[in-house]
Amino acid sequence: MTRFSKFYASSIGKKFIAAVTGLVLFGFLAGHVAGNLKVYTGADHVMVDGAEDAINVPHIDQYGHFLRVVGEPLVPKLFVLWGARVVLLLSVVLHIMVVVQLSMKSAEARPVDYVKSKKAAASWAARYMMVSGLIVLAFIIFHLLHFTAGVIVIGDFEEGKVYNNLRSSFRNPIVAIGYVVVMAMLAFHMYHGVWSLFQTLGLDNPDRNRFLRAFAIVASVGIAAGLASVPLAFLTGMLPDLGEYPSYLLEK
Amino acid sequence: MRIKIHVWRQKSADDKGRMESHDLDGLTPDMSFLEMLDCLNEKLTVEGAEPVAFDHDCREGVCGSCSMVVNGEAHGPRRETTTCQLYMRSFEDGAEIFVEPFRAAAFPIVRDLVVDRSAFDRIIQAGGYISNHSGPKPEPNSIPIEPIVQEAALDAASCIGCGACVAACPNGSAMLFTSAKVSHLGLMPQGQTERYDRVESMVNQMEEEGFGSCRNYAECEAQCPKGISIAFIGRMNADYLKSQLVQPDDRRGKMHAQ
Amino acid sequence: MLNLDAKLPGGPIEEAWTNHKDQLRLVGPNNRPNYKVLVVGTGLAGASAAASMAAMGYQVESFCFQDSPRRAHSIAAQGGINASKNYRNDGDSTWRLFTDTQKGGDFRAREANVYRLAELSTAIIDQCVAQGVPFAREYGGKLANRSFGGVLVERTFYCRGETGQQLLLGAYSAMQEQIAAKRIKMHTRTEVMDFIVVDGKLRGLITRDLTTGEFKRHSADAVVLATGGYGNVFYLSTNAKGSNVSSLMRAYKRGAGFANPCFTQIHPTSIPASGDYQSKLTLMSESLRNDGRIWVPRKEGDNRAPVDIPEAERFYYLEERYPRFGNLVPRDVAARNAKDVCDQGLGVGPTGYGVYLDFAAAIKEKGADAVKAKYSNLFEMYERITDDDPVKTPMRIYPAVHYTMGGLWVDYNLMTSIPGLYAAGESNFADHGANRLGASSLMQCLADGYFIVPVTIGDYLSRVEPGEIGTDHEEFEKVESEVIEQTSKLLSINGERSSQSFHRELGKIMWEHCGIARSKESLEEGLEKIPKLRDEFWSNLRVAGESNHLNQTLEHAGRVADFMDFGELMCQDALAREESCGCHLREEYQTEENEAKRNDDEFAFVSVFEHKGDGQKPELNKESLAFEAFPLATRNYKS
Repeated sequence: MTRFSKFYASSIGKKFIAAVTGLVLFGFLAGHVAGNLKVYTGADHVMVDGAEDAINVPHIDQYGHFLRVVGEPLVPKLFVLWGARVVLLLSVVLHIMVVVQLSMKSAEARPVDYVKSKKAAASWAARYMMVSGLIVLAFIIFHLLHFTAGVIVIGDFEEGKVYNNLRSSFRNPIVAIGYVVVMAMLAFHMYHGVWSLFQTLGLDNPDRNRFLRAFAIVASVGIAAGLASVPLAFLTGMLPDLGEYPSYLLEK
Repeated sequence: MRIKIHVWRQKSADDKGRMESHDLDGLTPDMSFLEMLDCLNEKLTVEGAEPVAFDHDCREGVCGSCSMVVNGEAHGPRRETTTCQLYMRSFEDGAEIFVEPFRAAAFPIVRDLVVDRSAFDRIIQAGGYISNHSGPKPEPNSIPIEPIVQEAALDAASCIGCGACVAACPNGSAMLFTSAKVSHLGLMPQGQTERYDRVESMVNQMEEEGFGSCRNYAECEAQCPKGISIAFIGRMNADYLKSQLVQPDDRRGKMHAQ
Repeated sequence: MLNLDAKLPGGPIEEAWTNHKDQLRLVGPNNRPNYKVLVVGTGLAGASAAASMAAMGYQVESFCFQDSPRRAHSIAAQGGINASKNYRNDGDSTWRLFTDTQKGGDFRAREANVYRLAELSTAIIDQCVAQGVPFAREYGGKLANRSFGGVLVERTFYCRGETGQQLLLGAYSAMQEQIAAKRIKMHTRTEVMDFIVVDGKLRGLITRDLTTGEFKRHSADAVVLATGGYGNVFYLSTNAKGSNVSSLMRAYKRGAGFANPCFTQIHPTSIPASGDYQSKLTLMSESLRNDGRIWVPRKEGDNRAPVDIPEAERFYYLEERYPRFGNLVPRDVAARNAKDVCDQGLGVGPTGYGVYLDFAAAIKEKGADAVKAKYSNLFEMYERITDDDPVKTPMRIYPAVHYTMGGLWVDYNLMTSIPGLYAAGESNFADHGANRLGASSLMQCLADGYFIVPVTIGDYLSRVEPGEIGTDHEEFEKVESEVIEQTSKLLSINGERSSQSFHRELGKIMWEHCGIARSKESLEEGLEKIPKLRDEFWSNLRVAGESNHLNQTLEHAGRVADFMDFGELMCQDALAREESCGCHLREEYQTEENEAKRNDDEFAFVSVFEHKGDGQKPELNKESLAFEAFPLATRNYKS
């Protein structure tokens, strides 16, 4: 066996991969939430030739545009975005693959259950990682089809007009509440994931565990809350209609 | 005091096994759990039935022989206590008590509550030692060891190898057992020479025995009769990753000047 | 008549072991793999001997009845291990440890053996530290010591209250290293049933696989017995439930002399029994006596809670009777005095058989946390068992059978009277005389296993042809059928009583007639009761199940059968030794102050019993003891 396949064969090796890919996804979510919060900063008021009034170009739309063009002219348009998408996709696939393999191995390791069983320590988050993970996975697929590909259209959808797309979907209470519920699941999943990551990488130790535990709570709840706040804000009408604008404005 | 006991009966590894129920009367709270089982066995013997087989030896909580799950918890409801050190005062009069063997694929059942834990011995054989011959050795005080390091090593070395960690883990993982030995030897200055080889081969053996993976449930720590901390698992992970990702395999490789 | 040539080295005692080693014949490294040595038992002595011999290159096979070699009862030793390192600069030396052990053993041990033990003590610590045993350290990182009963220096090395565990795990891992290297073949859950002696030499043994019931023949060039002590003859003892005398009795019946079978140490600090169902007694390490003061109420039947009894009404009997050693008198003295005050009706607890071990003074001086830290696991263990917190109320303790100084007779090479059969650790009689000092048993087991047997066995092996007798020899056939017959006999009695109940009854007889204090009258009574019980055993025993599966009742019944025979031998020895010495107190032979009164003129010998056939009285052989290096003296722990 080569060195890597031996490493991969061990459960610690697989967990290492789960931890590193989880860390990548965690980093992505942190960036995602930072970007999403731009819905709260409103829009740039732009005077357009031939128009009577100034037109609003939402910040989040500009941010979306930035993601598409970042890196130009060193690399072509969309290069960085697709690069990131490939890394993320790979992370998700690896993350799921090792976790499924680990679970299968664990099920084999404990084929018979106790007639009477009792948990002495395991948290709910830890015990339902598989469930929360599956829900999050299903959500990711839905979410990509919803806002990225625009295959599932709820309300209006026009590529690039992030703010309007969001607003039009999240004015629908079912969609908004659904998003919020899934974010709670995500918090659950991230909490145990982040906390376990320190153990898997061997970074935990009794002296810093309180800090690590607190970090896991703050980070997972914070990210999920930040993400969940957007649908809620649209639903409650906290965020106004910023009006229509011609999409060529984003190029300026 | 009286109890109703449901105990696992299984004739051999191939047998299917089942729970069997008995009513026991005339017990006292000062009786140990195993003495209660002695009473059950005495009753069964006199009645002409076969007594329940269970592993036990020192009955003072240190040999690690006893291996049963009582009411769903390895070694029963008291924390940091082996079954032999569990007393009937931990149960209420009239209680229903479920007694099952440690369950894991790597611990096949031999009979009733007796399981085969030789997988643990094989993990130790893979590297749970500091290589030595018997004979003259350096003066021990020539290598001072910080008391805090020695205490940490002793915390890990207190493991009695009972297997409760595996029985408690929903994944049947042996990480706590393996990491306790890896940490004991890896903390001591004497154990440094073989530190990374040791962790690699012990982890490989652990995998080969068919134990499950760690999901950080911490059930093992909670049900460990010696209260061994899962901090040692993190420590082992760090050592293992280092052995795989940092320590070079081939030390003879030649480097060329450009 | 047994050949009791101890092969003692001549010359000054300080050089005896070195000179002796230099004279021993050796087996060359290329020849060692041809010799097969079987080691029975995997405690400190067995594991260390197996590991050491395997590392030298011998082909070793090891046997234990437990599921893993790590379970052996050495693991339960709490207090520590002695070594005359003199780290404390308090005047310790090999000589001092030697004389302490001799005095402690009340001059009933062979002095050359004892000196060698003291001499090897320091190397044991070096060996164990090199294995990674985490001995307690001081703040500077140097090894720490604690004091122990019976001596005036601090020479005990320890790992909290789990020294035995750490030392055993050290020896166990050394053994695992050799198993991995395929130099030891390990047989777990395997019971040794009998031995094969051909032309007066030990040639192999018969085992029973405890999981499948399969009987198996093993041929060998030499066998090392390291099967531990036989305190379980008393049913209640601090021994593990599985500890037994069977291998020793089998060897005895095949021609090995049994030395000083009656020398039994009753440990002064065990948790008292709480009722009839009691299955074993738990020891509280003797090291507790460093900080605990032992007392009983002065008034008979004083039922007040211990904390309510004023200082003036407490009888600190050890401090009053033995001002120099106080609570740190040797074990036998402490045990006898506890029995004495309880017999006077001053005992405490529900049964009236208990005395207080009080930490109040130490807690006041050092603080509860410091005392708790020092004995943490002992305090926890006590609280778990009794539901009392020793910080708040004194512990209750009472003597319990703990260690057996007797065992198979061995010469200076640790070879029994059957050539090729060695005995190491508690299963031989060699080093502790009539009483063992605290923290000395671990030392002896490891000296035997790491340093003595691996060296001396070569001398014997170099004189035999390897693999001379195979398992197809007719003696294997004969002994195996005897073993099978005995097993089926146990299964076929089909009476009404469990082996457990016979064991318990035998234990009561032994405790009553051959316990802390013995007398001619009571021993003779015991010798009448035992054969009757044995007859009932062989006619009214019930063993459920079959022999072809894991059958713990069958295992136990076989062991009880041997305990019956052994109990008788023990009483015979106690009766024949018409003196008091060490732990052996004959009521007829006491000083006016109720101290043991030795009779050196008539009894300065080792009693070695020789089996003369079942139902026959064994023959008493005597190995007389000479005390040249350290002359005889009366023990005095009073001033």
